[in-house]
Amino acid sequence: MSDAFLRKPFESLERQHMAVSFGMWVFLVSEILLFAGLFAGYSIYRGLYPHGFLAAGRETDIVYGTVNTAILMTSSLTIAVAGRAARADFGRMAWRLLVVTFVLGLSFLILKGFEYREDIGKHLLPGPDFPLAQPGAQIFFSYYWIMTGVHAVHVTCGLIALLRLIAISRKNFAWLSGSASEDATALYWHLVDIIWIVLYPLLYLVGRSHG
Amino acid sequence: MSDITYQSQPPLDYLHDGSTLRSWLFTTDHKRIAVLFALSITFFFFIGAVAISVVRLELLTPAGDLVSDDTYNKMFTIHGIVMVWFFLIPSIPATFGNFLLPLMIGAKDLAFPRMNLLSWYLYIGGAAFTLLTLILGGVDTGWTFYTPYSTMFSNTSVLTAAMGVFVVGFSSVLTGVNFIATTHMLRAPGMTWFRLPLFVWAMYATSMVMVLATPVLAMTLLLIVAERWFDLPIFDASRGGDPLLFQHLFWFYSHPAVYIMILPAMGVASEIIACFARRRLFGYSFMVYCLVAIAVIGFFVWGHHMFVSGQSPYANVVFSFLSFMVAVPSAIKVFNWTATLYRGSITFDAPMLYAFGFMGLFTIGGLTGLFLATVPIDIHVTDTYFVVAHFHYIMVGASVTAFFGALHFWWPKITGKLYPELWARAAAIIMFIGFNLTFFPQFVMGYLGMPRRYHIYPPEFQIYHVLSTSGAAVLGVAYFMPLFYLIWSFRHGARAGANPWHAKGLEWQTPSPPPHENFIIPPVIEQPYDYHPKDIVTMKAP
Repeated sequence: MSDAFLRKPFESLERQHMAVSFGMWVFLVSEILLFAGLFAGYSIYRGLYPHGFLAAGRETDIVYGTVNTAILMTSSLTIAVAGRAARADFGRMAWRLLVVTFVLGLSFLILKGFEYREDIGKHLLPGPDFPLAQPGAQIFFSYYWIMTGVHAVHVTCGLIALLRLIAISRKNFAWLSGSASEDATALYWHLVDIIWIVLYPLLYLVGRSHG
Repeated sequence: MSDITYQSQPPLDYLHDGSTLRSWLFTTDHKRIAVLFALSITFFFFIGAVAISVVRLELLTPAGDLVSDDTYNKMFTIHGIVMVWFFLIPSIPATFGNFLLPLMIGAKDLAFPRMNLLSWYLYIGGAAFTLLTLILGGVDTGWTFYTPYSTMFSNTSVLTAAMGVFVVGFSSVLTGVNFIATTHMLRAPGMTWFRLPLFVWAMYATSMVMVLATPVLAMTLLLIVAERWFDLPIFDASRGGDPLLFQHLFWFYSHPAVYIMILPAMGVASEIIACFARRRLFGYSFMVYCLVAIAVIGFFVWGHHMFVSGQSPYANVVFSFLSFMVAVPSAIKVFNWTATLYRGSITFDAPMLYAFGFMGLFTIGGLTGLFLATVPIDIHVTDTYFVVAHFHYIMVGASVTAFFGALHFWWPKITGKLYPELWARAAAIIMFIGFNLTFFPQFVMGYLGMPRRYHIYPPEFQIYHVLSTSGAAVLGVAYFMPLFYLIWSFRHGARAGANPWHAKGLEWQTPSPPPHENFIIPPVIEQPYDYHPKDIVTMKAP
């Protein structure tokens, strides 16, 4: 059984699992640096235009943002439990939880799409019709679109990885416990979740404490 | 010499293990992927070289008579983009690193062989965008893509050029992840961290930089795309943006990128110098600490590219100080190479000639870097040929010379054939002369005030430009020579045997070329650079 998962350069499955997780961690560090470039720019412009940022921050849709945060955090929970279930040989349960995770991730994207539609309806795309006049408000929305856009691309990549797991293990639940893919995918999915947890206050809560 | 015996028929070497195109394009063997990378970067090296030849020919006369100023701008831009991202960044890591890292640590392959192949395909994807840029008429922003020119004013193919660099960045990141995971997870039993060859340490330090710096460049390029294509205000000063932010983000990657180019070169030099001086490398552990120190400090010096950009004078002082700090571990390395030579029995084979060239040119490039790190001098020579000469001494003088050193040193291992030594020595010497003739006059004219990126200049600088262009011609000959004699040796050269240099290191304990999974007999792990074991050599000073 276990030999089926062993791949070329490795001589033990345990080592291979370690390497896959470790490699994913290293990649996640790289991912964090990718977003760090955006966080740096956001911080600088917020320092330059505090009022513009607070005013613009009140224009994002808190309901969509909050519901999506809850959805994404729940999906992180389900994928984490899926991993535990796979290791404890509850293969069927693990597989179902992966499907739940996928559905949650997909609904995040769908909701995000509706939110984008409303944003565009409110002319929140920087340009001549932009409703706010404060300096910096347009820059806030530049960052809003780029940050959520790049994050959505990451969610999509995560969904593709999840779909791969679900498809491969559809007839073979035990695959989930033997392969390191589940761990790696879960790590990636958690990163997508964590990035969102940073984006949520930056984009939705900013400016709202002042009422 | 062939010190490896087989009990049965030896396994096929990697070059002969499958001969179809498919067996190359879908290979997961790190050695074949290294060869794929080597061929691809050689192609781009010549594209970059042709572009700069036009520039150098134009500069023969003070008037702009060969090409228009637009074409001139496109030529130096494509030279920069191609040479930086499609040659220098992958040069040593993706070829020699890919080939040697598993061999040097006694592994069968990199940790993620399929991802390794993916990194080559990403390189090809980025390369396709770059070629598309050329077909669409080129790009004229300079390799630095400075805003607002790149986002608002340039009417050339900025998007495809930026996308090319963006895509090839992922190739770098994946290679870095692969190298780090391999070094952690696949060292043979007994290959402890402080027995690793310095080339492996250099790859490790380089990979750290690749993984941490490249994504910031990727995001910076996305921001350019967002502003240029979607008209989102980010760097546009008229809508409240700050162009200086672009420069900070860009140099946060692009300064460490220089260390992606130079750290592998240092690793190569360490291997070659120890072998041809027949000496244990002086101060091994300090060499390791210095590699890591350069990689780490290298992240905090980017502001020295922006001394005249309007950044705060206090930031200038800090960045100046930190830039001086990088010189300390760099100097320690040069002293340690020199100390390794002391009382060594040195032979002047071609790889060693390249290593000597590397040491000398790196020292000049490094010391002139200190001139530029000094704020008052930098204000005088910013954007002059002094800067051009300085970074070419590092990126070409040191890095490309080391690339050729590595090519000759490991050529017998990679191909199983010996190259013609006399030709190789001649090429090494011509390259050194050509290089200095090209770039030393640039220090002088830069100091006298010749600005970079101008295709028309006052006549008093002509003598330096003529010297430089003739040097470039010599350099061109030196770069072409290996192309011919190495191809000749691949077909007609004498068999090399497993270890023609009598070198230490695990890569020499397997046949040349190595078989598919690298080792037939598990390699014996010794102290690194054990060229004069203590119990054998008892020489005394005369």
